[in-house]
Amino acid sequence: MLKIEKLYKSYGTNKALTDVNLDVSEGIVFGLLGPNGAGKTTLIRIINQIIDGDSGEVYVGGELLAPKHIEMIGYLPEERGLYKKMKVWDQMLYFARLKGLSSHEAKAKINYWLEKLEMETWKDKKIEDLSKGMAQKVQFISTVIHNPRLLILDEPFSGFDPMNAEIIKNEILELKAKGTTVILSTHRMESVELLCDQVAMINRSKKILDGTIKQVKSIYRPEVYSITLDHLTKDLPAEWISKEDEGSYSFTLPLSGKHPNELLSELMQYGQVNRFQELIPSMEEIFIHQVKSTGNE
Amino acid sequence: MSKIWLVIHREYVSRVKKKSFLLVTLLTPLIFPAIMGLFVWIALEEEDNQALRIIEVVDDNKLFFLESSEQYAFSFSDASPGQAKKLVHEGSRYGFLHIPKFDIKNPTGISFYGEENPSMSLISYLENNLRKKIEEQRLFESGIDPKIINDVRTKVSIKSITLDEEGTETVSDATVNYAIGFVAGILIYMFIFIYGNQIMQGVIEEKSSRIVEILVSSLKPFQLMLGKIIGIAGVGLTQLLIWIVLIGTLTTIVTGFLGMQMPQQQAMELANPELAQSLGQNTEMGEILQVIAGINYVQIVFSFVFYFLGGYLLYGALFAGIGSAVDAPSDAQQFMLPVTIPLIVAYMGLFVFVLNDPNSTTSFWLSIIPLTSPIAMMGRVSYGVPFWELALSMGLLILGFLFTTWVAGKIYRIGILMHGTKPSYKTLWKWIKANN
Repeated sequence: MLKIEKLYKSYGTNKALTDVNLDVSEGIVFGLLGPNGAGKTTLIRIINQIIDGDSGEVYVGGELLAPKHIEMIGYLPEERGLYKKMKVWDQMLYFARLKGLSSHEAKAKINYWLEKLEMETWKDKKIEDLSKGMAQKVQFISTVIHNPRLLILDEPFSGFDPMNAEIIKNEILELKAKGTTVILSTHRMESVELLCDQVAMINRSKKILDGTIKQVKSIYRPEVYSITLDHLTKDLPAEWISKEDEGSYSFTLPLSGKHPNELLSELMQYGQVNRFQELIPSMEEIFIHQVKSTGNE
Repeated sequence: MSKIWLVIHREYVSRVKKKSFLLVTLLTPLIFPAIMGLFVWIALEEEDNQALRIIEVVDDNKLFFLESSEQYAFSFSDASPGQAKKLVHEGSRYGFLHIPKFDIKNPTGISFYGEENPSMSLISYLENNLRKKIEEQRLFESGIDPKIINDVRTKVSIKSITLDEEGTETVSDATVNYAIGFVAGILIYMFIFIYGNQIMQGVIEEKSSRIVEILVSSLKPFQLMLGKIIGIAGVGLTQLLIWIVLIGTLTTIVTGFLGMQMPQQQAMELANPELAQSLGQNTEMGEILQVIAGINYVQIVFSFVFYFLGGYLLYGALFAGIGSAVDAPSDAQQFMLPVTIPLIVAYMGLFVFVLNDPNSTTSFWLSIIPLTSPIAMMGRVSYGVPFWELALSMGLLILGFLFTTWVAGKIYRIGILMHGTKPSYKTLWKWIKANN
């Protein structure tokens, strides 16, 4: 659906993107991760044709990115913006028409979405009279109103209470089921693990990681095991710092080059092994580890 | 193109639908005549109701006579200055004019005493009367009968006629031309300022509320800028049109109403200029009407609309550029100077040079340079401008606004996405030079 090859962009001497390559297949949720200032917004702006890259190519649906693609992309920027004095209905109509919908189509779509998210009663209200969460919903609808095939969401959950975040999450999954490709840029790792099929991580203008969640997790395996022992037969070595709870001892041990079975038989000498489990890092830990190891100022 | 149209439509409708627009548009044409009417009414009332003011005059020369008016009565007496001042104190006299004995060739020492500051008009009335009397006295002493002087006094008024290339003669009157240039120039000046600012505010609103990021993912920044400028121009033209219709209607009603109270002849002249001409071209009213009839309205209206729009587009683009470069209206101040100075120069130039001497070199240049021509040329058009000058000025104005739109577009494209940095002129220059 989206393919990026050797993309470069710099602002003066500041490098925003350096040799970025991405391949996003159709119908998936793709997580775009990275700390602030890594170059995510620049990348998103290039895909949206707000700015141009210095060199490199962007393909959408197999075609080189061109103005006609505007109508198949939906974009929710991180910093939300609506005309405060405009009514919900007028606002949605304006954005839908700008995305190339005819007046008739746009009105049908707006009615569909207002009904779906139970917002019909707000349609004649001005944005300034809405709560922040309500305005966010209006913004979300404005983004998806034209049935985009590629949806780019920058921090879509910020500003939502858990209830509404859940509604939006379900909408995203529903759109995905209908074949929409979603690019999700976020710092919230729990939503990445929950929603994304594939991720890419950008730090200091470079892509440092990409693949499916499973692939990414296998790249970074600290090889640490979580262990619980009880019915001890002899004292544990002092360097194994453990937590005792009614006769059972919990601690973590690195493999330190051993085979897991070797470690297990070693442990069996000390008592009954109740738990022996490899610690799989969360996306959050991978994120922090990768950013630290590639440097971050 | 259809997207620009959407932007124009939104900018236009969102402004025209505002209550404040309706209020300003409907009230402004009423407020000006209302204020003027109020002044006239107050002045008339005051004149009617004012108690007669008596002024004690002590003339030690026994020479002067002052005619009493509706407002002032003069009582001549031989009272001593002390007594007269006492009368003023007691309130039985409004003031006391003391004319001591003086040398007729060098009259000094004339004083007016009053409880309050006398009005300018009273003092000049007194001065004029005394001067006339002294002059008459001196003429008389030199052996000339003042009556002869009065007989010799003649009123001369020049009827100015412009000849054009085909030899057609048009009666012109500087006053009428002046008024047309004056009103047209001020209207354009105000329009540029008021609506230019609206463009700037609109751009800043979109930028600071981050709507612009969504908008430019749907259309080109240049389309957005142009749509805004044109949409707001539509608002201005609508307002102007409503004003013209309203003022036209009001004037018809008012003149109709006044017409009934006017002396017959004047009313007739107003209603029928040709009749007035046939009655005699010497009457002043007829002359003015002839002048009004002789003005090339098509040219003036065409020029007005052209310079009105041309000037607005030229400056509107600059206002849009400034708005895009800053985060808040308060930051815009530093960039406003280069925009306001030429406007003020044009405005001052209109009064100091153009209206006084439409054909001077300064007036010529002011009306040719695109930054000042929209205001300055309007001061010249009603007097008649050679075709080539008008064509040159208009051509340059078109080039001018194409140029400012191009420059503003370059600044706008980068500026609207820049947040948190206060740009300097140097950064603006960088943006203009940037290819991307």
